[in-house]
Amino acid sequence: MNQRQRIYLDNQATTPTDPRVVEAMLPYFSGKFGNPHSDSHAFGAEASGAVEAARAQVAGLIGALPREIFFTSGATESNNIAIKGLASGRRNTRRHVVTCVTEHLCVLNSVLELDDQGFDVTYLPVDAEGMIDLDELRAAVTGDTLLVSVMAVQNEVGVIQPMAEIGAICRAAGACLHTDAAQAAGKIPLDVGEMNIDLLSISGHKLYGPMGVGALYKREDSGVRVAPIFSGGGQEQGVRPGTVPAPLAVGIGAACAIAAEEMAGEANRLRLLRDGLLRRITEAVPGIKLNGHGENRIAGNLNISVEGLPADAMMAAMPDIAVSSGSACSSAESESSHVLRSLGLTDEQAEGSLRIGLGRFTTAEETKIAGDRLIEAITQLRKRGAANSVAAE
Amino acid sequence: MSAYLDYNATAPLRPEAAEIMTRLLAETGNGSSVHGAGRRARAHVETAREQVAGALGAAPAGVVFTSGGTEANNLAIKGAGRKRLLVSAIEHPSVLEAAPGAEIIPADGDGVVDLAALEALLAGHDAPALVSIMLANNETGVVQPVAAAAEIARRHGALLHTDAVQAAGKLPVDMVWLGADMMTVSSHKLGGPQGVGALIVRDGVGLEPQIRGGGQERGHRAGTENVPGIAAFGAALDAACTSMACYDAVEELRDDMELRIGAAAPEAVFFGARAERLPNTLCFGVRGLPSETQVISLDLAGVMVSAGSACSSGKVEPSHVLAAMGAPDDLAQSSIRVSLGWDSTEDDVQAFVSAWSELHGRTRAAAAQASAA
Repeated sequence: MNQRQRIYLDNQATTPTDPRVVEAMLPYFSGKFGNPHSDSHAFGAEASGAVEAARAQVAGLIGALPREIFFTSGATESNNIAIKGLASGRRNTRRHVVTCVTEHLCVLNSVLELDDQGFDVTYLPVDAEGMIDLDELRAAVTGDTLLVSVMAVQNEVGVIQPMAEIGAICRAAGACLHTDAAQAAGKIPLDVGEMNIDLLSISGHKLYGPMGVGALYKREDSGVRVAPIFSGGGQEQGVRPGTVPAPLAVGIGAACAIAAEEMAGEANRLRLLRDGLLRRITEAVPGIKLNGHGENRIAGNLNISVEGLPADAMMAAMPDIAVSSGSACSSAESESSHVLRSLGLTDEQAEGSLRIGLGRFTTAEETKIAGDRLIEAITQLRKRGAANSVAAE
Repeated sequence: MSAYLDYNATAPLRPEAAEIMTRLLAETGNGSSVHGAGRRARAHVETAREQVAGALGAAPAGVVFTSGGTEANNLAIKGAGRKRLLVSAIEHPSVLEAAPGAEIIPADGDGVVDLAALEALLAGHDAPALVSIMLANNETGVVQPVAAAAEIARRHGALLHTDAVQAAGKLPVDMVWLGADMMTVSSHKLGGPQGVGALIVRDGVGLEPQIRGGGQERGHRAGTENVPGIAAFGAALDAACTSMACYDAVEELRDDMELRIGAAAPEAVFFGARAERLPNTLCFGVRGLPSETQVISLDLAGVMVSAGSACSSGKVEPSHVLAAMGAPDDLAQSSIRVSLGWDSTEDDVQAFVSAWSELHGRTRAAAAQASAA
């Protein structure tokens, strides 16, 4: 009986909060607890100063100006504000929106709301490796296109879209580009200037920051007008009213600063671990298919279909290893992933897929144990399946 | 030595909340994931849901966690889908701004919402309406007759929403007894972390989500749940309710403060003093002593209070709440709010009264000199 150590390999669902981030946050929970909007007294001013420093840290990660960063409760809210807010906030007559079939549900559902309001929506397909076709994008974007929303990194298969090329196409057509960068920020270099990105969403808890906080980058440009979803006391320049939670803002700021510093080295480490894991699995058991592009993907993501085996059976066979089937928010649903089906997988392949998300705190030792456990699970389940079908005959 | 007397703006984290918050920041798990880490996260969220429901006399299934009071108010007002909106004149900006075309229910000179006016407004039309009246006002602390308002609303087929952000944790609050259909609470006003709140929805009230995405919070509010924040919110509300008796002492401190300010400045006007008030809130004005001057001088003396509500602190406009009570602009612009907390002490009150009396004395002396010259 090998040791049943719990191993967390679901870093695309949520990441552990880096202890350095927690350290930065703690003072704002205890002594420095002011409301950052009460800046006429000392406690408020202290909190307000911390929020502004955090804003600069977030801006620094993506090459933005601090005043272009708005704190939100998370990437879902940022995506909702970016898409619905742009549609109701911009003084123009453009009525066309382009997005991609593999977007996160919060983008697709926000776009659906625009669809209901009478906007034309083009859903770009992806190829078998999860990439959009730039020629198709070019053909889809017209003088009537208000917004193109394409995620920088896909949450299930980790595929990286060519944001700079997408940005150039949007810029040429005068369309705004929004990107859901929840999975990309802190994992790959992003520069809103070079990439011509107008709106960008970040999540705290996907980059080793706290849950409950995110950010929206909005280019300071008269063409990028965003109406708020919520109304209130005018905080965050009216884009997102409500008390800015100072400890959470400090947390996402610290997380962005750490990521900016360590991103390159960390990506190399994770890539070696991940590629080693995939190699071990494919060498040990047949019928493994990698989902998503082999090269254009973030270093911590592995998504595989295991022939003949449903994901839930594999997960049940190794309950101490936290991996997922599909994205976290759809985990509870029985439907197979819309993303994997968009890549052309059959329902059976999609249902037999596992997302293995390595992260900053994943060690080589853990990766090795997880690989062993998965290989063992696949072998056992297949043996049992074969025995059952023999018995049935 | 500083005295923080701005609890209605934000409160420090209670130890019970800090403990679970710190513990859960070191744990990992998305509440929607099916593996062990996800299920443990889910369990923390569900425990908090039961704590919040239990503390407020609601059903756990009716608790929708949000990012705070502002979001919950917006969700209630925009999500209920009622075309006709009636809100009181003294509501928080997050209610007033969320309902730009709303009919306004006036308040009287004591800061109490006028129920006869509500009755008259509702009697005039058949259109299904939503009424929003806060349970306790953030600036004056005046407690509103929400149960009676709910009764009126029900008679006219209207829904009633109450913003209980300031009341929860300071007064016993029971959703069923109040007869409210929806109620807003905020974590950081009662000793939980910032960035969390909830809208409590009575069974049977339909709600259109304002943030779309995954199906979290039973489809009412998308987005990965803030597990440590929600758990700490539950712990804070639980602790607040368990220790609510401490507000008897807080009320004595507040009343003592009011007496002493009144003695030092007989011309002071105490807002809402004749009405039922939150035990911790004191709002008063002295003509000729601008709010900003008071707040800044007190801050220099290490005493933190506010001019009106925190979110409007940056603005110079007079408070819409005091205006609704009939206070002239010059008085409203010379008013401050002192709000105590569960752990405020006699020393805090002493620090405030001394610093304020000194400022008041100095101002009066300067004015006397000026008029003599």
